[in-house]
Amino acid sequence: MSIRERLSGNEASAIAMKQINPDVVAAFPITPSTEIPQYFSTFVSNGKVDTEFIAVESEHSAMSACIGAEAAGARAMTATSSNGLAFMWEMIYIASSCRLPIVMPLVNRTLSGPLNIHNDHSDAMGIRDAGWIMLFSENNQEAYDNLIMAHRIAEHKDVCLPLAVCQDGFITSHSIENIELIEDDKAKEFIGKYHPEHYLLNAKEPIAVGPMDLQAYHFEHKYQQANAMRNAKKVILEVAKDFEKLTGRKYGLFEEYKLEDAEIAIVCMNSTAGTTKDVVDSLREKGIKAGLLKLRVFRPFPAEEIAKALQNVKAVAVLDKADSLNACGGPLFTDVTSGMYVNNLNVPTVNYIYGLGGRDTTAKDILGVYNDLQEIVKTGNIDNPYRYFGLKRGEK
Amino acid sequence: MAYNVKEVVATKPAVFESGHRMCAGCGAPPVARMVMRALKEGDHAVVANATGCMEVSTCIYPYTSWSSSYIHSAFECAAATCSGVEAAYKAMLRQGKLPQDEHFKFIAFGGDGGTYDIGLQSLSAAMERGHDMTYVCYDNGAYMNTGIQRSSATPHFADTTTSPAGEVIPGKMQIRKDLTEIMEAHHLPYVAQTAGYMNFKDLYEKAEKAIYTEGPTFLNVLAPCPRGWGYPTDMLTQINKLAVETCYWPLYEIENGKYKITYKPAKKLPVEEFLRPQRRFKHLFKPGNEWMLETFQKEVDKRWEELLKLEEMTNKE
Repeated sequence: MSIRERLSGNEASAIAMKQINPDVVAAFPITPSTEIPQYFSTFVSNGKVDTEFIAVESEHSAMSACIGAEAAGARAMTATSSNGLAFMWEMIYIASSCRLPIVMPLVNRTLSGPLNIHNDHSDAMGIRDAGWIMLFSENNQEAYDNLIMAHRIAEHKDVCLPLAVCQDGFITSHSIENIELIEDDKAKEFIGKYHPEHYLLNAKEPIAVGPMDLQAYHFEHKYQQANAMRNAKKVILEVAKDFEKLTGRKYGLFEEYKLEDAEIAIVCMNSTAGTTKDVVDSLREKGIKAGLLKLRVFRPFPAEEIAKALQNVKAVAVLDKADSLNACGGPLFTDVTSGMYVNNLNVPTVNYIYGLGGRDTTAKDILGVYNDLQEIVKTGNIDNPYRYFGLKRGEK
Repeated sequence: MAYNVKEVVATKPAVFESGHRMCAGCGAPPVARMVMRALKEGDHAVVANATGCMEVSTCIYPYTSWSSSYIHSAFECAAATCSGVEAAYKAMLRQGKLPQDEHFKFIAFGGDGGTYDIGLQSLSAAMERGHDMTYVCYDNGAYMNTGIQRSSATPHFADTTTSPAGEVIPGKMQIRKDLTEIMEAHHLPYVAQTAGYMNFKDLYEKAEKAIYTEGPTFLNVLAPCPRGWGYPTDMLTQINKLAVETCYWPLYEIENGKYKITYKPAKKLPVEEFLRPQRRFKHLFKPGNEWMLETFQKEVDKRWEELLKLEEMTNKE
C-alpha cells in the first residue's frame, strides 16, 4: 500500500532523495530550494541515509563536487534555484559533457535582476541548451514522482546525462498538498543500484575525466551528447511505463488534458497547468472545446509528438514563464512553433509571457487567453503573436 | 630511511609519466612527479587538476600522462571537485561499495592563478570542510597558460602582459599575496612551502607528510616558468636554488600550528641574485631604478624576519 501524506513540494523532493539514498549530496542554500538540503541534512544527521553531505560554500562548488563524486562512481545530487543555478552554469555544461548522470531538483525562481525570490522559469531556461534532461512538475506529487524516475533515466547506458526536476518555487515548493508516497523498499527497488561502467575509484582501471578535447574529437563528443539526448526520449517513456505498473500513475512526454477534441489549446509547464485545467473544465461546461498540453519533458524536446498532439486544434497559445528578451517570443514558444513548422503543422499560434517574478497567475488570466484564442479562431487575425498577460493596466 | 633521490626515482612510480607537452625548463613537471612519487607502494590516487598549463599539456584526448585516475573540471574548482571525489570515496567505502583493502589518496594540482585567485574560494572552503586531501599549488607567479598575465602571486615589479613595465608604470605595482599564510589561517594539520631544490629532498618529504597527514593539507611549491620569467631552460635548478638561498621563497612547514623552517641558508644572498637572471625583472637593473631593488629586498627581509619570529614563537614550550 502506498503511503498517503500531506507534504510541500520541497518536503516531497527531500523524501524522494531519502529513498534514492545518494552517496553524495553537495548543496548550498538559496531560496526557495533551501529546504531540500535542510530536510536532507536531518536525514544525514539522524542516520536515515548513507550519504556524505558536503555543505559547500557556493553552488559553483556544489556542482563541482557533484562532478567529482559522480565521476568517482557515486550517485551525487544537489538542489538549487535561480542565481544558484546561474552560478553553477559553467559546471552544468561540464557535468553533461562528462556524461555524468547527476540529478538535481531545480525549484524555479526568477533569475536576477532585478532581485526577486519568487517563481518564474527564467532560471531553468538558462540551461535549456546545456545537455541536461529537464522534467517539469505540476505539483508536489509530480516533483516526487519525477525524482523517483530520474536516476533510471539519467543513468541508462544509452543516456548518461544529468537531469533536473523542475517545480515552481513557493507555488508548489512551499504549498502543502496531499501526496501518495511509495513505500521505501519498493521505491529503492524501483530506483535500483548504480553500476557505472568506468569510474575514478576503480583501482583496476584508472581513467581520465575531463581531458582537453581539441579539434580532433571535440565535435564527435558533442555529437554523442546530442545522440544521448535523442535516446533519452525512449528511455523516459520506458521508465514511465514501469512507474505506472508500480504506482498506477501515468506519465508521458506531456499530459494531454481534454486535448483530443479541443479546438483551442494552451501549452504550458509546471503549476500553471493546474490552474489551466480548472479553466478548461469550466469552459467545457459551457460547451467550449478547450484543451491543455502540459509539457513534462522539456529536454529532450518532443517536437514531433507535440505537433501531432496539436494537429486538430484551431488555435494554440504557448505560455512562457520566462521572456527571451529577443523581440520575437519566449523560449517555449519558439521551440513549440519550430517543432510545428518542421512537422508541417500550420495552426495559428500565439505566445504569452506571464507570471514573471512571481506575478500571480489567476483563472481569470487563463480564461482571457482562451477568449483570445476563440477570437483568433473566429477572425483568423493575429496582430501580434508575442503577448503578455498579468501586466498592470497601462504598462503593456 | 634517509632520502636518496636516485633510489626514489628508481623505485617509486612516477605516476606523472613522460610524454607530456610541458615546456623544457618548466618547474611544474618535476613538482608533479616528485609529489606523486611520495605515494606509498600499493596506494592509489585520484588527481584533480585545475585548468592551466599542467592540465592542457598532460591530458589531451585521447592521451594522458597520468597513470592514476585523473579529473579535470574547470579552472577555479579543482579543490571542490577533489572534495567531491573524496566524499564519494568515504561514502562508498562505508557502504562496502569499494574494496576495503584498496587505499586511495586525493591530490589536487593548481597553478597560482587557479589557486591564489580564481580558485581561492573553492580551496578555502574545501580545506575548511576538512576533506582528507592534499592541495598542491605549483606557483609560477602569473597566468602562464594564457600568456603571462599578472596574478596575485606575481612578485612586485614583475613585467607581465597585464602589468607591463612601461614608461610610467614599471611592472606590477603590488606586492605578492602570501597564500601559504592564508592556508595556515585555516589551522590545517599540515601546511608547507617548498621548491625543487637539493635533489627534491624537501619537496618529496613534505609531499609525503602532506599526503599521509589525515585531513586537509596544503603545499605551495615554487615552479619557475622559463617563458614567463625569462630564464634559459637549462637554468631551472639554479633559479630554484636562488629563490631559496635569497629567502625569496623560504622552505618551511607548519605542523599543527608549529612552524619549522626546513632550510636556513648559511649566508642569505641578496635578492638581486635571484632577480638578475630573469627577463621579467630586467628593468629593475636600469640606472635610476635602484629603489625598486631596495624595495624588493626590504619586503623579502621583512617576510623572512616574520617567519623566523613565527618559528620561534610557535616552538616555545
